[in-house]
Amino acid sequence: MLHSRRLILAHFWLAFAGFGVALILGEWQMFIRSPLSAWIGNPEWYYRSVTAHGTAMAYVFPTLVAMGFGYAITEAALKRPLIGGNWAWAGFALVAAGTVTAVIPVSLGLASVLYTFYPPMIGSPFYYIGVVLVVAGSWIWVALMSVNLYTWKRANPDTPVPLAMFANVAGSYLWAWTAVGAAIELLFQILPAALGLTTTIDAGLARVFFSWTLHAIVYFWLMPTYIAYYTIIPRAIGGRLFSDPMARISFALFLVVAMPIGVHHLFADPQVGAGFKFMHSVFTALVALPTLLTVFTICASVEIAGRLRGGKGVFGWITALPWRNPMMLAVTFSFVMLGFGGAGGLINMSYQLDASIHNTQWITGHFHLIFGGAIVIMYFAIAYDLWPHLTGKALDSFRMMRIQLWSWFVGMIVLTFPWHYVGILGMPRRMAFYDYTDPAIAPQAVSVIASVIGGAILVVSGALFVAVLVRGHMAVRVEPGEYRFSVAAHQPARVPAALNGFGLWVSLMLALTVINYGFPIVHLMSLRNTSVPVVWIGAPR
Amino acid sequence: MSSERLFSLRNRWFATAAGVTALIAVASATVGFVWLPLLQPTAGFAGLWDAICSAAGLVRAVPVAEPVVQANYKTTNVNLSSKVPGNSSAISIGRGATLAMQCTMCHGARGLSEADSPNLAGQYALAIFKQLQDYKSGARISAIMGPRVVTLTDQDMHDLAAYYAYLPRLPAYHPATARPTPRIVESGAPMRNIAPCASCHGSIDYKGGSPWLEGESPVYLMTQLNAFASGARHNDISQQMRNIARGMSPAEIEAAALYYASQP
Ligand code: HEC
Ligand code: HEC
Ligand code: HEM
Ligand SMILES: [Cu+2]
Repeated sequence: MLHSRRLILAHFWLAFAGFGVALILGEWQMFIRSPLSAWIGNPEWYYRSVTAHGTAMAYVFPTLVAMGFGYAITEAALKRPLIGGNWAWAGFALVAAGTVTAVIPVSLGLASVLYTFYPPMIGSPFYYIGVVLVVAGSWIWVALMSVNLYTWKRANPDTPVPLAMFANVAGSYLWAWTAVGAAIELLFQILPAALGLTTTIDAGLARVFFSWTLHAIVYFWLMPTYIAYYTIIPRAIGGRLFSDPMARISFALFLVVAMPIGVHHLFADPQVGAGFKFMHSVFTALVALPTLLTVFTICASVEIAGRLRGGKGVFGWITALPWRNPMMLAVTFSFVMLGFGGAGGLINMSYQLDASIHNTQWITGHFHLIFGGAIVIMYFAIAYDLWPHLTGKALDSFRMMRIQLWSWFVGMIVLTFPWHYVGILGMPRRMAFYDYTDPAIAPQAVSVIASVIGGAILVVSGALFVAVLVRGHMAVRVEPGEYRFSVAAHQPARVPAALNGFGLWVSLMLALTVINYGFPIVHLMSLRNTSVPVVWIGAPR
Repeated sequence: MSSERLFSLRNRWFATAAGVTALIAVASATVGFVWLPLLQPTAGFAGLWDAICSAAGLVRAVPVAEPVVQANYKTTNVNLSSKVPGNSSAISIGRGATLAMQCTMCHGARGLSEADSPNLAGQYALAIFKQLQDYKSGARISAIMGPRVVTLTDQDMHDLAAYYAYLPRLPAYHPATARPTPRIVESGAPMRNIAPCASCHGSIDYKGGSPWLEGESPVYLMTQLNAFASGARHNDISQQMRNIARGMSPAEIEAAALYYASQP
C-alpha cells in the first residue's frame, strides 16, 4: 500500500512535463539542421534549445523519476509509510524551483552554454544556481533513502533488506557521491566567474571535475531501469527472479566501478596523463560486468516465466511468453537497444577507437539509443506499473500502451541508427548548421532526414504515453491491492552482511575515487597560469 | 547477518572485493604507467621515472632537439583583456579629441572618412587601441599610418580610442537597396572551417578585438581581406582572420565587403 501517493505523482508529473517539452525541442533541433529546413540564420537559437533539451533530459527528468520511484519503493518494499514526508516535499520544491530558475535564463538566451557547462563559456548565474538547487533537492532524497533504510534495519535486524530497497539506496549513494564533482566545479569555479568575482577559469580542471560526475550520472539514470528489470519484470510477466544475490552483486558493483572511470570522457584532453586515461579505460571495461550479469539474470528469469507458462524445448519458452503484456514488450525493446548501445559503447571506451568517433554525431546517436531508448522505455514501464497504485484507478489502455512502446522502439531505432552512421562519416556533434550543398557532405542528407522521421515518431509516442497516463486518471476506481515486487526462485532468508549494506562498497568507491582522480586533481590545482579568460554568453553586444 | 564482522580480512567478501579491486588497480597502473610508455621508443624518456611522470601528466620541458617555432615576422604585442584599453572618462575623450586633430584630414572631421581610409567613429575602443599599438610596433605595416603613430604614447592611444569610440556611428554610405545577407556572413563555410563573420563581428555575437565593419568603405574591406589572405597583414592574434580570409573565394570576399559597406 502506497501512502505518499500525491508526493510520488507530483514527482512523476513534473518529470513527464519536462520530458514532453524537451522532446519537442529535440525534434525541432533535428529538423532545423536537416536539409528539410532553411537555415535559421542564428545558431544562438539552436544552442539555446540544446541547452534546454539537455538540461531537462539529463538533469530534471531522470532525477525526478529516480526520486519518485525511490519513494514508492521505500513504502512498498519496507511496508511502512515514508519517514520524513515533509522533507520529501521540500526536496521536490527545491527541484521544481531549481528547474524554473534555470529555465528562465536559458529561454532568454542568457545561458546557452549546454548542459555540460563548457567553461570558459559562462552564462547567467541563475542557470547554475538552478542546477545546484535541483541537485540539492535530490540530496534530500538521498538522505531520506538512507534514513528510511537504517530505521527499518534497526527494527528488522534479522531480515535481509528487500532487494528493491537495496538497489534503490545503492543508486542514491552513487548519485550522492558522483554529483560532488559537478558541485565542486559549479560552486568553486563557475559560479564565482558567473557572479563576476573572477574573470578567468581553469577549464581543464573544470572538465576533470565534470567528468567525475559525467559517467556515473549515466548509471544513476540507469538505476530505475535496472531496478525495474530485477524487481518488476519477473513478477509482471509471471516469472521468478533467477537469483537474488546476483542482483545485489550487480548493484554493489555499479557503486564501485561506475564512478572512478569518468576520464574516458577526456581521452582527447591534454591535461590528463595517458596513464590515468588507461586506468580509467580498464575500469570502464569492468563496468560491463554488472550489465552482463544483469542481462544473464533477467534472461534466465524470463525463461522461468516462459517455462511456467508451459513453454518447452530450447526455444519453445520464447513463444510461450506473454507478448501482449506491455511489460514483456518494454523489457524486450529495452534489451535490444541496450545490446546495440552497449556494442557502440565498447568503441567509445577504447582509447584508440574513440579517436575516430570522438565528438561526432556517433556519440549523440549512442546516448540517445541507451538513455532515450533502453533506459527511458523502462521509465514508461515503471509508470504503467505503478499508475493504478498511485491513482487508485484502472490503467487498462493496453492497446495504446503496446502502440506506444512499439513506436518508441521503432522511432528510436530510426532516429539513432542513421545518427551513428553520419557520425562514422565524421559529422561533428553540437553544430547548428550543416552545409548540405557541399558535395563532401551531401550524401549525409538522406541519413539526417531519416533521423528527423525517427524523431517525429518519438514525438507521437511521447504524446501517446501522456495520453495513457491521463486516461488512467479518468478511469474507473479499482482496488489495486498491495504493490509487490518479484520473488526470487530461491528467496534468501539470510544474506551475507556485505550484501545487506553498503559499507564495503561505498568504501571501495571512495578509495577508487582517490586512486583514479586524486593525483590528476591535485596536480592540476597546483599548476600556475592554467586559467583562461571567461567567455561571456549572452553578454550585451 | 548483523553480527557478522564485515571489515575483517577473515570475511571472504571483504577480502575478495578489496583484494580484486586492489589487484586490478595495481595491474592497470603498471601497464598504464610503466609498460605502455616504455613501449614507445620514439618518446625519448630519460628513464623509468621520466616515463612514469609523463604518463601521470606532469608537464615536461620540450626536448632540446626540438626548437620552438618562431614567426619570421613581427607579431602583435597586445594582450586583449577586459582591462584594455582602460577608462574612457570625459577628460580622456577630451584629450583624444585634441589629438585627433592630426587625423581629420584622412579619417574625417568626426571620424567618418570621405576617402577610402577607414571610418573610426563608433569603432570599438579596444580595436582602435590594438591597431594603433600594432602600427607602432610594426606588427601591422602601413606606409601611411606607420609614421603617424611613432610619437603616440600608450596614454595617447587610450585617449584616441576613447574619443573615436565615443563619436556616433553614422551610415557613411547609403545604397538604394539593402542587400540580402550573404551566406558567408551569416553561416560561414563549415566545411572550410570558416565561422560566420557575424559570430565575431557582431549581429550574432561579438568577440572582443573584432572591429566594427558596418558602413566601412568596400575598397578598404576588400583590401584588408586580401591582405589577410596573402599574409601581408599579419597582426591578427593566432591568425584568426588570416585563417578565414585564406579560405574565402574572391567572390565571397567581394560579397562580404559590399554587404558590410552597405550596412548602416
Ligand atoms: C594620411 C592619411 C591618414 C592620417 C593623417 C591618419 N590615418 Fe589612420 N589610416 C589611414 C589609412 C589609409 C589607413 C588604412 C591603413 C592600412 O591599410 O593598414 C588607416 C588606418 C587607421 C586605423 C586602423 C583602422 C582599422 O579599422 O583597422 C586606425 C585606428 C587609425 N588609422 C587611426 C588614426 C589616428 C588615431 C590618426 C591620427 C593620429 C590617423 N589614423 C591618422 C590614413 C590616415
Ligand atoms: C573568430 C572571429 C572572427 C571571425 C569569424 C571573423 N573575423 Fe574578421 N576580424 C576578427 C578580428 C579579431 C579582427 C581584428 C584583427 C586584428 O587584431 O587586427 C578582424 C578583422 C577583420 C577585418 C579588418 C577590419 C579593419 O578594420 O581593419 C575585416 C575586413 C574582417 N575582419 C572581415 C571579416 C569577414 C568578412 C569575416 C567573415 C568571412 C570575418 N571577418 C570573420 C575576428 C573575426
Ligand atoms: C524526439 C526525440 C529526440 C530528438 C529528435 C532529439 C534530438 C536531439 C538533438 C538534435 C540533440 C543535439 C545534438 C547535437 O547538437 O549534436 C540532442 C541532444 C541531447 N538529447 Fe535529445 N532528442 C530526443 C530525445 C531525447 C531523449 C528522450 C533524451 C533523454 C531522456 C535526450 C537527451 C539528450 C541529451 C542529454 C542531449 C545532449 C545535449 C548536449 O549535447 O548538450 N534526447 N537531442
Ligand atoms: Cu561515461
